[in-house]
Amino acid sequence: MQAVSSPLSGSLIVAAAWVAIAALSLAPSGNAFFARKFAFPLGTLAGLALTAFGLQAIWLAPEQMTLPLGLPDLPFHLRLDPLAGYFLMLLGAVSAGVSIYAAGYFRDETAGRLALIALEYHLFLASMALVILADDAYLFMVAWETMALSSYFLVTTDHKLPAIRSAGFLYLLIAHLGAIAILLCFGVMSGGRGDYTFDALRAAELQPRWATAAFLLAFFGFGAKAGMIPLHAWLPEAHPAAPSPVSALMSGIMLKTAIYGMIRVIYDLIGNVRWEWGMVVLAIGAGTTLFGVLYALMQHDLKRLLAYHSVENIGIILLGFGMSMVFVGFGHPAAGALGLIAALYHTLNHAVFKALLFLGAGSILHATGLRNLNSMGGLIHKMPQTAFYFLVGALAISALPPLNGFVSEWLTFQTALQAPILKNGVVRSLLPLFAATLALAGALTAMCFVKVYGIAFLGRPRAAPTQVQTAQEIHDAGLMERFGMAWLAAGCFVLGLFPTSFLLMLNRVSVSLTRQGLPEAALESNWLWLVPIEPARASYSPIVFLIVIVCVTLLTFILVHRYYHGRVRFSEPWGCGYSEQTARTQDTADAFGQPIRHIFGPLYLMQRHMPAADDAAPRFSLKIHDRHWYWLYLPIARLTEYVSSKIALLQQGKISIYLLYSFLTLIALLIFVR
Amino acid sequence: MGQSLSSQLVNLLAAFLLLIAFAMLSQRRILTLIRLFAWQGAALTASTLIVAYTTGQVHLYFSAALTLLLKVLLIPWVLHRLIDRLQIRWDVETLINIPATMLIGIGLVIFAFALAAPISELANTLTRATLGIAMASVLLSFLMMIVRRKAVPQVIGFLAMENGLFFAATSATYGMPLVVELGVALDVLVGTFIFGIFFFHIREQFDSLDIRHMEKLKQD
Repeated sequence: MQAVSSPLSGSLIVAAAWVAIAALSLAPSGNAFFARKFAFPLGTLAGLALTAFGLQAIWLAPEQMTLPLGLPDLPFHLRLDPLAGYFLMLLGAVSAGVSIYAAGYFRDETAGRLALIALEYHLFLASMALVILADDAYLFMVAWETMALSSYFLVTTDHKLPAIRSAGFLYLLIAHLGAIAILLCFGVMSGGRGDYTFDALRAAELQPRWATAAFLLAFFGFGAKAGMIPLHAWLPEAHPAAPSPVSALMSGIMLKTAIYGMIRVIYDLIGNVRWEWGMVVLAIGAGTTLFGVLYALMQHDLKRLLAYHSVENIGIILLGFGMSMVFVGFGHPAAGALGLIAALYHTLNHAVFKALLFLGAGSILHATGLRNLNSMGGLIHKMPQTAFYFLVGALAISALPPLNGFVSEWLTFQTALQAPILKNGVVRSLLPLFAATLALAGALTAMCFVKVYGIAFLGRPRAAPTQVQTAQEIHDAGLMERFGMAWLAAGCFVLGLFPTSFLLMLNRVSVSLTRQGLPEAALESNWLWLVPIEPARASYSPIVFLIVIVCVTLLTFILVHRYYHGRVRFSEPWGCGYSEQTARTQDTADAFGQPIRHIFGPLYLMQRHMPAADDAAPRFSLKIHDRHWYWLYLPIARLTEYVSSKIALLQQGKISIYLLYSFLTLIALLIFVR
Repeated sequence: MGQSLSSQLVNLLAAFLLLIAFAMLSQRRILTLIRLFAWQGAALTASTLIVAYTTGQVHLYFSAALTLLLKVLLIPWVLHRLIDRLQIRWDVETLINIPATMLIGIGLVIFAFALAAPISELANTLTRATLGIAMASVLLSFLMMIVRRKAVPQVIGFLAMENGLFFAATSATYGMPLVVELGVALDVLVGTFIFGIFFFHIREQFDSLDIRHMEKLKQD
């Protein structure tokens, strides 16, 4: 029974179970019985098991296995080390919450669609597990492409709408661009020796020039999947198009497999990290962070807004990762380990709270049929539980203590504060600038979620009842959905309140990856105080923080109750002299972003319609376009079209001409080989 | 049968093969084209048998039998049925007139021989002199595919090209492995059937088998 108890074979069994669930979902039955009743709950159990195996693997030595699958003479290699274990835990834990939510969310689908969704959904999960477990480039690419394709089909679930088809196409296009870069990166690393196991790639000593080429290819390829600028364009299109649990999976987990790939390839396979690489990662990361949050502020489509926040959070992860590379490159591995730990911690945190937020957005969409914030309002009355879970997610993403977002951003700041140990003056002065970007982004995120929460859940409904389902039809999320959100919300609390245990876990990942962990003083942090470097420099105790918050709240409540009670009266609020107050007099999502739009005006490409003074039915409308489209994507598209139109001249429509082409090619080749 | 006699016989058959390739290039009638194709197959079978007998390569007997069965009997029969059903016995139009085609063909044969000369020097097989001829017949068949306007002669050109390739394989290396030959034979057979089905569809669509009509399919 040794084989079964090892985490690697356990994880493999989980992946196989997901594939089996996917296959069984297709079993012919009148009402997609299996897919409706069992697929998602079973998937949840598999996810929980995977969490346990991942946690176990973090504390064990790396484990390897060769599967007799694949092509002849080219078997699949698997390996489970602490880094992979950590990401498996992330995959298992987050997917468990999303799956149980999906069990409720997809309840009302028709049989055919449900079977297909269950098939693609579980294949997607299994392929992500295999991406993490892969120990050769071949299995990695197979799993990577399976992941891209299954998520593509999930994004285009509503493929009858042209907008969704084009969103899916954009996603597939960028995913393949990235995959080509990753493939080339593996090619560069193998250096023509033809051995593509990660062991061989790890052992290979690359010349500096080729190592840099491999780094750039890996960064581009995984960055395309992660959604860093300027390759982020697919995110804000694909996330709103996909069903909400799928958006939660893609944003919560799939983007993280790209981070996993980046760390695996750059730290583990290429090795010998250079600080210049770190600066590239930092620059792109800072740009991504700022761009993501600034565009998120301008959105009024809730899921689009969340997608831009995913871009921003990937930027934050890249900031931590880039600082880590800079420190390691300059020969300060302890500070580098802290940066890596901050990046990994934020990876998990973002997975948890972003999945939670997407699920909340899904519940709103399910209940009201709305994605446009400008039409929402007052939902807290209709869906109090969803409102609570969404609030937890919003607080977490805004990096407010004692929730989890704060811990990882704080660790990132602590890494940046290590800058004085660097010898290079330019880099030393640049690092705090990047940290300042992060601070700005954090504040803007908080502003953005004040906007989301205030507009969607507070106030009064902004759309006329004809546009929305009538008020009675708006209902709170079902039991399964609430389970899913509660699981993830609990995750936000656990990750926020007990950071020390996760710090130790990540220290172990870092030691196994770079043979370097945190200084001794940091490892002595107890459950109460989190100390990243040494107690004299900085420490943080979320529990004390929580106790203070709870005490202050209670005290205020008691004081108000005691001394103010009885003087409250209920009446119509004063209407400022206006005879009529409608829902339209409230602030809208667009209005909320106006100050930022004013300050950062040149960044946006705005299409505004301002009503004239004497307009009988004044309506303000605003569309924000992404400048990347006009600066980068459209020129490339036009160039491609121009070149193809020239190449199309070859196509004359005459078979004889085509045959002549191959004939001439044959003759030319024959002359060439002579 | 001594080495020299069999070598001379193979050379004779190779010359015969080239002659048939030229005949096909100049032939206007489809029925005769099919007959020529069958004759080419027969020459190929004979030469393969001689090589097999002389060298004692057992698998060459199999490929000879396969050639006989497929290229001399089955495919010509299928093509006969096809043109009966499609009612196309009439003369074939060409894109370039026939004398010009023949001149290009002669140029190709010279090119093929020039190309094969250094390889033939290296090879020490019984049939090394015939490599140039084999390549020439491949190129001639290809030329035939290019200059014909109707679909059926193009298919015959395609099949004849396969004959040339087969002959090249036998003459240069005593044949390909049997598995490969079986695969190729199956491909040719299936290809013929698919072409047959396509002919019906093309005619249904355009009321003719003239491939000029397919130019309309081009996207603008």
